[in-house]
Amino acid sequence: MAKMPAAVIGVGQTHHRAKREDVSMAGLCREAMDRALADAGMTLDEIDAIVVGKAPDLFEGVMMPELYLAEALGAAGKPLLRVHTAGSVGGSTAIVASSLVQSGVHRKVLTVAFEKQSESNAMWALSVPVPFVMPVHAGAGGYFAPHVRSYIRRSGAPTHIGAIVAAKDRTNALDNPYAHLREEKTVDAVLASQMLWDPIRYEETCPSSDGACALVIAAEDVAAASPNPAWIHGTVMRSEPTTAAERDQVNPQAGRDAAAALWKQAGITNPIEEIDAAEIYVPFSWFEPMWLENLGFAAEGAGWKLTEAGETARGGRIPVNCSGGVLSSNPIGASGMLRFGEAALQVRGAAGDHQVDGARRALGHAYGGGSQFFSMWVVGADKPTN
Amino acid sequence: MSRTLSAPVTVAFDYTRSVGPVLGRFLTGLRDATFVGARTSDGRVVVPPPEFDPVTHAATTDFVDLPDTGTVTSWTWVSEPVAGQPFDRPFAFALVTLDGADAPFLHAVDVTSPEQISTGMRVRARWAAERSGQMTDVVFEPADAPDTDAPARATADDPVTGIVTPVHLDYTYAASPEESAFFRGLAEGRILGQRCPTCQKVYVPPRPACPTDGVPTVEEVELSDTGTVTTFCIVNVPFLGQKIAPPYVSAYILLDGADIALQHLILDIPVEEIRMGLRVKAVWKPREEWGTTIENISHFAPTGDPDAAYETYQHHL
Repeated sequence: MAKMPAAVIGVGQTHHRAKREDVSMAGLCREAMDRALADAGMTLDEIDAIVVGKAPDLFEGVMMPELYLAEALGAAGKPLLRVHTAGSVGGSTAIVASSLVQSGVHRKVLTVAFEKQSESNAMWALSVPVPFVMPVHAGAGGYFAPHVRSYIRRSGAPTHIGAIVAAKDRTNALDNPYAHLREEKTVDAVLASQMLWDPIRYEETCPSSDGACALVIAAEDVAAASPNPAWIHGTVMRSEPTTAAERDQVNPQAGRDAAAALWKQAGITNPIEEIDAAEIYVPFSWFEPMWLENLGFAAEGAGWKLTEAGETARGGRIPVNCSGGVLSSNPIGASGMLRFGEAALQVRGAAGDHQVDGARRALGHAYGGGSQFFSMWVVGADKPTN
Repeated sequence: MSRTLSAPVTVAFDYTRSVGPVLGRFLTGLRDATFVGARTSDGRVVVPPPEFDPVTHAATTDFVDLPDTGTVTSWTWVSEPVAGQPFDRPFAFALVTLDGADAPFLHAVDVTSPEQISTGMRVRARWAAERSGQMTDVVFEPADAPDTDAPARATADDPVTGIVTPVHLDYTYAASPEESAFFRGLAEGRILGQRCPTCQKVYVPPRPACPTDGVPTVEEVELSDTGTVTTFCIVNVPFLGQKIAPPYVSAYILLDGADIALQHLILDIPVEEIRMGLRVKAVWKPREEWGTTIENISHFAPTGDPDAAYETYQHHL
């Protein structure tokens, strides 16, 4: 069944910081929402439905925060949905919002995703001990580090590849006024930083951020009035079990399947040639080459070669995370939507100082849980023909 | 004996909640022994003030100081208070509409029996002597209660911008029947897995169903306590709630006969010598310390055997 055309006509985000002590959770969301609405030239009253996403409630200690947020988010009298798929939630939330438009149920949907990490401590929240089992868990870094080691072994990548990614993304963030960490980084400086979860160094990890991102997604007739809509060319979500015998955590099946379905939907046969900018969820630097392979931008084992050759820098064959990415701003629940929103900004020609010249088609990508949830979309400057 | 093992788990954290300018104004009022409400765009006075106007959605800016007196709009009796509530003996929660306000808010009323409270009853605030800008700075009492010395209204220059919200949840964690059998096996020094009848993969710990095939894994398989390190990380970072002092090596160990690796510690070898393919053996704690836990195995240590060939474990990386 064909989907109806839909486009992103408004993108808003907060200035991401370690601690946004000046705003409540509602205030944080509204900062992003009000910017997205202003960008779309719309008011909250014109919105048909609101879709909100965030990562585990333990991060802020508020169960089902959408209940208390409903009024502040302007959802009174409207459908309000909450989405949760761990770290990929920002992407999944945007996809749920777009599906409400693509199905013809609503014409103007506002979606917002947030995290206020300063209200607790993510390391603690992700490492609550479980009785009877060995308490070796150590946050997200502890979870992913062994799989990064597996990638290095499988691909034969030189050990400084992760540092190249981190230096690139942190330096990219200098061109993004909303980024949390905006600092020039050299590969040597990254390599000199402390090993936190060997083989992951301090400067190769994402920060903990407070932040939010919001999008206004509109039906074809509404989007026609926008000077620069980002048309949605494909959306895909896939899941798989966290643990299964011989499960591939370096190149997960769900991610590969999702990418294949996405390229098919978007009519893309050669992603590296046809995608002009990619915003990929890279919370630990090594995930750039890993996801380049998982997404089909490179053959298995060859993703690091693109990184090493500078092909993922702005001006390279496949610019990745020109915004600075998750490595520079990580309000977890919003991080996926920031990838989706930054992809939209690129094809709208609205990415400011981190714009990729002439970007026509861009990828937004997010993953979550133990690399078990994947969500991704392709947006384009042109209305899809399929 | 119960079919499943269970154990208590406590999840507790003192959340640091930033409250924003509107709720901050209200909480600053509580600290200064004053109720601060707001006038909304439809002309109503609401306390606590909503952060954003329910009609215009604009940020609330029109604040109104309200008196200490009000009327009970509705109430409920708390016959068995739980920890953290305003009183440790029975009391009432009431919807109190302050004089001059158009909407009630929920708070505790200091009465000792349900006969002492009724809808329409007049109440007044009783402020705590020490106030920090939280709802617990105040309770209500019947307006005809004997007067206590009202604390002087105070104002301080620094507004309340945040509160600490302690959250404390006590759970009973229940292991599945399959995991319970695994943990009971450990109490006898045995490592028990289960084989999926469809894919033939051996799961350890066993689980109610094979995650790939969705069928029960009923055939029990006793596994060796030797295995191969597939991949690992060295944890150097300390964090709140951590049970093992860093640095330590958290490794995936593929026990001989299993098709999924188990996470455990590697010790008795310099950290820099730990590698993929290293052959290791469980080091069990003294038997008298055993319980129904994988912590019966203190850690894994090298067997001294040659490393496993890459081909034997590469599909686990």
